[in-house]
Amino acid sequence: MKPASETRSRGEPATQRALVGSLRAFAQMLPILLGMLLLTSLILAWLPSSSLQALFGRSGALDVLLGATVGSVAMGHPLAGYILGGELLAGGVSLIAVTALIVSWVTVGVVQFPAEALLLGRRFALIRNLLCFFSAIAIAYLTVGVMRLLS
Amino acid sequence: MQGKRKLGGWLFLAGVILAHGATALVEPDLARQALASFVAMLGEVAPVLILVFVLMFLVERFLTPARTRAWLGRGSGLRGWLLAVAAGVISTGPVYTWYALLAELRDKGMRTALVAVVLYARAIKLPLLPLLAHYFGLRYMLVLSLLIAGFSIVNGLVMERLLRQPETE
Repeated sequence: MKPASETRSRGEPATQRALVGSLRAFAQMLPILLGMLLLTSLILAWLPSSSLQALFGRSGALDVLLGATVGSVAMGHPLAGYILGGELLAGGVSLIAVTALIVSWVTVGVVQFPAEALLLGRRFALIRNLLCFFSAIAIAYLTVGVMRLLS
Repeated sequence: MQGKRKLGGWLFLAGVILAHGATALVEPDLARQALASFVAMLGEVAPVLILVFVLMFLVERFLTPARTRAWLGRGSGLRGWLLAVAAGVISTGPVYTWYALLAELRDKGMRTALVAVVLYARAIKLPLLPLLAHYFGLRYMLVLSLLIAGFSIVNGLVMERLLRQPETE
């Protein structure tokens, strides 16, 4: 068994290096994070979710596209998306459009795009968000299709 | 890339502060409301940030590139996909708090597809599933969650295929 002092002398520099490295990476993330929080609060102040409801109710396919778009640019807790979705459903908007909104709300991040592009690469962020947008529409149709099959 | 990321972050923050300043000039009440909302959100995000920092430290300290490649790299197989889906499902807080950790893991050898899987699987919010069932029904909640889990893997595969060429940035 190795003496404790030997273990400590080997372990400490690696731990210190890891601490410095993670502190540096964390500090680099902070302006992006603070910027995201400030941007989110500003958008929520300018565009409350209640004003989004007025957009729906024109046609089925358009509502689906609109649902995915609103979800993509929407901010805030996913619960807000469920509540808005529930209200839209009660107001006569189709379940497909509501599902597209709920899914894109949690998968697409137009407002988060600058942060994602800065940390994971612009190309990655662009392709991922576009894919997620179309996936939200596909999932919406599939969910309702499966629900119909099951019932 | 590191320097660009650092500068870009500060420029982004400066731009948003300017937007807040402009709002304060045009609509002072709205700016006050936004600032109060910012403070409340910061309070909510703080515990998640502590968790993210601890994870970043653990990754930096114990996850060697070789180990990362074995668990989350190209040869990780089914275990890698399942780990990524599970990580996405259990991660909490706003998505942007996780970008830095995922970037660090990718630098250490995590597969790009699995980064995309983690980000997609975050759409399954475990604590909110009862609420989703309450609003839309249990069957809807189950079907939607399973489809999201499936699509997270499809999206990961498509992302990797589309990103095969090296990034130009």
